[in-house]
Amino acid sequence: MTGDALAIAWRTVSLASLATLVMLPPGIALAWIFARRQFPGRAMLETLVSLPLVMPPVATGLMLIWVFGRRGPLGGPLSQLGIDVMFTWRAVVLAGAVMGLPLLVRAARAGFEQVDRRYEEIAGTLGASPRRVFLTISLPLAKRGVLAGALLGFSRALGEFGATIMVAGALPSTRTIAVAIYSYTETGQEAAATTMLAVSASIAFGALLLSNRFASSA
Amino acid sequence: MPVPITLDFLLCQGDFRLEMHERVEARVVALFGPSGSGKTSVLESIAGLRSLERGEIRIGSRTLYDSGAGVDVPSHRRKVGYVPQDLTLFPHMNVKRNILYGARSDRDGGSAEGLEQILSLLELHPFLDRRVSDLSGGERQRVAMARALTTAPSVLLLDEPLTALDRGLRARVLPYLKRIRDELATPMVYVSHDEAEVRALADWVVELDGGRTIRSGPALTPSAGP
Repeated sequence: MTGDALAIAWRTVSLASLATLVMLPPGIALAWIFARRQFPGRAMLETLVSLPLVMPPVATGLMLIWVFGRRGPLGGPLSQLGIDVMFTWRAVVLAGAVMGLPLLVRAARAGFEQVDRRYEEIAGTLGASPRRVFLTISLPLAKRGVLAGALLGFSRALGEFGATIMVAGALPSTRTIAVAIYSYTETGQEAAATTMLAVSASIAFGALLLSNRFASSA
Repeated sequence: MPVPITLDFLLCQGDFRLEMHERVEARVVALFGPSGSGKTSVLESIAGLRSLERGEIRIGSRTLYDSGAGVDVPSHRRKVGYVPQDLTLFPHMNVKRNILYGARSDRDGGSAEGLEQILSLLELHPFLDRRVSDLSGGERQRVAMARALTTAPSVLLLDEPLTALDRGLRARVLPYLKRIRDELATPMVYVSHDEAEVRALADWVVELDGGRTIRSGPALTPSAGP
């Protein structure tokens, strides 16, 4: 494997890991809310979270440009703080997190739904606050679902292309495996493309295998 | 020492209606009656796990629920030690962590000495590092009781604690309950449909049928209800 391919593989795995870390807090919170709470607008929120699953990734990418671009409602203030998102490694993380979130939420939600509420109730009678019940009972008992979801989200972030190319382009500093395969193929560098394909397949295979293990023993 | 216990409330759940009008002084109140009579619902109402229509629940000087005064203490602040019939030991924790779960969340009430006393009383030292799935029925029962007791509860709620045990185990666990009653002086509300058990433990018996009290009186000589 060339140094270039190694650098790209390393960048992809580390940014996908970072994207997973970014999606975990909101993903776990949303999964728990969907599994345990009824409130007005719940169906709308569920649909919104799942939207990236069914929308073309480039469309999701375009929405991210609107929100995180220099004139966007979030990108503007961030830019004033000296934090540029678009066409940096942050955009790669953002695209991966947004695209992976629905997969994480689905698996983690199933994990929480499998937790017998009785354990949560009894923990409450033992003096545990709702927060402590969540941290010591609900989350550990839903652990396998959450881990399976995190691995699915990681795998999605790892292979993300459409939204990534919209928000991060194919710059040498932001190029991920998926983007590199596209660029190498476009420019006729077939050997390099094949190397990246093998790397991509191995990592994704391993992640999915782990994810299925967690899910099946959940 | 007998403690004043007020269980005066109305619970409506679908078609089921449970009405209690008890104001007693007792160490152990037994709730007696056939399945479906509402015994477990009384315990869960005291524990704060059911939404009541109206009424009052008081244990000693503590008001847990008073619809008139707008008091409805959340479950985690009620200081009740509830041992449900299904025990509900936490499967991802070993015996020690199960028992300490309540102790940790009760910083003002629990003490190392109290914990030691409970572990000795229930002879639990040899099991502390075991997984709960490796315990026998009687051992699980004792762990659930210890877990409830380490919260230093103002009342212990026991739901048919001996029913799932065979005769030999019952004979061994019953003395533990008597010791908890006599040595820890924790008042209990005790659900059972076994008359001998009730006679051995309780000083006040409330007999329920279909969500209504049909008798209420001292344990040895049950009298007509108020």
